[in-house]
Amino acid sequence: MKTIRVGAGLGFYGDSWRPVRASIERGGVQYIASDHLSELTLAILQKDRQKDPAAGYARDAVPMLTELWPLAAKHGVKFVLNAGGLNPQGAREAIARAFRDKGWKARIATVSGDSVLERLDELRAAGEPLAHMDTGAGISGVRDRMLFANAYLGAQPIAEALARGADIVLTGRVADAALTLGPLAYEFGWKWDDWDRMAAGLTLGHLLECSGQGSGGNFGSAGEWAKVPDYAHLGYPIAEVSEDGSALFTKPPGTGGRVSFDTIRQQLLYEVHDPHAYVSPDVVLDMGTIRFDDEGNDRVRISGASGAARPTKLKIVAGYQDGWMGTGLIGFAWPEAYAKCAKSAQIIQTLVEERGWAVEDTNVEYIGYDSLLGANADPTYRDQLNECFLRMTIRTKDRRVADGFGRMFPWLGLSGPPYVGSMKGIQPAKELLGIWPTLISREIVEKNVRIEIENI
Amino acid sequence: MKVALWKIAHARSGDKADRADIGLFAFDAETYAVLKREVTRERLAAHFAGFNTGPVELWPLDNILALKIVLNGALQGGAARSLRMDNLGKNVAAQLLRMEIEAPADLPRLLVK
Repeated sequence: MKTIRVGAGLGFYGDSWRPVRASIERGGVQYIASDHLSELTLAILQKDRQKDPAAGYARDAVPMLTELWPLAAKHGVKFVLNAGGLNPQGAREAIARAFRDKGWKARIATVSGDSVLERLDELRAAGEPLAHMDTGAGISGVRDRMLFANAYLGAQPIAEALARGADIVLTGRVADAALTLGPLAYEFGWKWDDWDRMAAGLTLGHLLECSGQGSGGNFGSAGEWAKVPDYAHLGYPIAEVSEDGSALFTKPPGTGGRVSFDTIRQQLLYEVHDPHAYVSPDVVLDMGTIRFDDEGNDRVRISGASGAARPTKLKIVAGYQDGWMGTGLIGFAWPEAYAKCAKSAQIIQTLVEERGWAVEDTNVEYIGYDSLLGANADPTYRDQLNECFLRMTIRTKDRRVADGFGRMFPWLGLSGPPYVGSMKGIQPAKELLGIWPTLISREIVEKNVRIEIENI
Repeated sequence: MKVALWKIAHARSGDKADRADIGLFAFDAETYAVLKREVTRERLAAHFAGFNTGPVELWPLDNILALKIVLNGALQGGAARSLRMDNLGKNVAAQLLRMEIEAPADLPRLLVK
């Protein structure tokens, strides 16, 4: 019986591809599905593209493929990556250059057409409201500040690129799980309205899209995290899939990490809203019928995903400029480390008010005390801390204020409370972005989707 | 008796725009029944008061002994405009594990040494 093995590639732009080697060498995979894009990544890529029109893709795809391609070619492994970002053709050119330098051959496909930034006004004129999905707010208030706007495409163009013989498929913004669903639908010839198989493929893609989080990384728990073996060599997860969509979920032999009922159910619900209606471009998944049967030894059987018809609208994620953040950081040692941080925050607040700076929000956190747990931090030892760092941030529309805010802090070293630490430079203003999720009729986007194939 | 969730459950959180979402998982079916009873939207709203500004949503998933929790308005508008250290809401799950609920003293995890 035919099975297809898909292995996880990266889980974000900047993730490590070192573990992918084990999946290719020892994991028996035919595909690597590599997710380089988060909601925020397109904002980073947009800044890159503003500086250089040839940029705008996830640059880590180039060294990753340069390192892994000889091994992948030897084992017949194909790559599906959303590393194209805002410029899949640019990514292809960069990879083609690197491959030609080495005399390697590959058939590379690009999937593009997800960007709608340049069409926003046309779309509004055509009657697409583009209102904020969650708040219902109209887009006109942020339209002029939009930096990117991309639809989440589904798995169909990926499957088509594979059907046309691509070894490497480079996409822009597609649903993360489509990177896995595409190869599965192509290999098994799944029908695009076979909702349960679509749901099964989506489930597996979702479990693979965060690399090590599907195999024991970031296992959120008290104590249990420490029992995960050999983090240093944590293997990325692999799904061995059958035609009916059921799968064995595992990881390469001889690697660290853990695939178990506990670790993969954490990933199943990760960044999911309604688990009975997990909406993707290809299907709406109900997670309530999924079965995980843990066989031990890093093997979990997955079955039972059920799907409903895909939505008539596609989700767009857009980002707009939303002011600037100023950051100050200063630390103090015992005694009264926390009290000295709190006093410093008061001093800075006084000076900001005296200067009359237009500050919209101020955020005061104490690193080593409450910067990660907020009001749920335990105050028992607050006044006996060995050391504590004040992190103070402001939101302002004025970039100069955000820059000036960070420059206020070093002065405290000689003129503030005693036993200061961490004069490690001044943090410049950081641009803040608002995310604008909205919906759009799918045919408007899909008629612009292009698949290009190039042999290099 | 009062039991903190970290003693009987595990959890992971993430972000989507202004939403923080948490999966809360019982290690066993007995504990899952207690979580379903005790971890209510009202308790969650109180636990995250001041942190979350929107409604709380909650779904039980009997098939994986889990509660799916969504805080609609917990991330200062979203990770890219948040002023917080934890702009991605990765530690919202840790915050949740500090919640105390009423639970029997003989839950399986409480008997493990």
